[in-house]
Amino acid sequence: MKIILNNRVEEFPGETLLISEMLAFKKFSYKMRIVKINGLLIPRERYESTIIHDGDNVQMIYLMSGG
Amino acid sequence: MRFSEIRDHLAGFRVGIAGAGGLGSNCAVALARSGVGTLVISDFDVIEPANLNRQCFFASQVGMLKTVALKENIARINPDIIVIAHTEKLDKLNIPEIFASCDVIVEAFDSDKMKEMLAETVQTRMPGTPLVMGSGLAGWGKSEAIKFRKIDETLYICGDESTTAGEEMPPMAPRVGIVANMQANTVVEILMKRTRDYFRQ
Repeated sequence: MKIILNNRVEEFPGETLLISEMLAFKKFSYKMRIVKINGLLIPRERYESTIIHDGDNVQMIYLMSGG
Repeated sequence: MRFSEIRDHLAGFRVGIAGAGGLGSNCAVALARSGVGTLVISDFDVIEPANLNRQCFFASQVGMLKTVALKENIARINPDIIVIAHTEKLDKLNIPEIFASCDVIVEAFDSDKMKEMLAETVQTRMPGTPLVMGSGLAGWGKSEAIKFRKIDETLYICGDESTTAGEEMPPMAPRVGIVANMQANTVVEILMKRTRDYFRQ
């Protein structure tokens, strides 16, 4: 399956993908972040249950401490 | 466009600022100087000497609530700006109430957990309200790494998105100031595209 991840086309194995699987596959390690699928923010407690589909536009933004 | 026209336009808007530390105090001052009419500022902390390396407060204000001191400082810059101060700790329940009717919200927390909580709350509970976040500003130098990204119409990110603040990588005035002013610049850009609602109080 192909998705748009942070404005770039990326290919993943399989037909669907959980957010948690995408994060592990891409080794996105910093713990605090925003994930948006097609413009909709998905809260952290739904990373294990929200499916990313072929063609989805996914944004992953790290939130670094400091202010 | 003349500055007097810009200022008169911005006077009709209300901006929420979540946190009055390095990002929030400097962003608020830039917005007040620009003429944004109402600032809703939320912070529960008091000023400590260590804050003076980057936050827009004075040595004589150590021990004061940040919201009270910031309101005082903004009044000295521009007494026409209305500052509404909140001192309760922000959470998922009170954020939509405290920042209700704000045209834009600025995320200005120190803690990454609080940044995430605010983003989740504003983006899910206040759909349509633009959120301008700061992410990655600790240390010094690397000006070229600091960037601005518009994710979509409701989410804007300012910062290098990679450095995390800590003992050996403290947030300091120059880089915090760049990001705080980038956030203020983003707010001004969003509001300058808006039609002013003359009927709202």
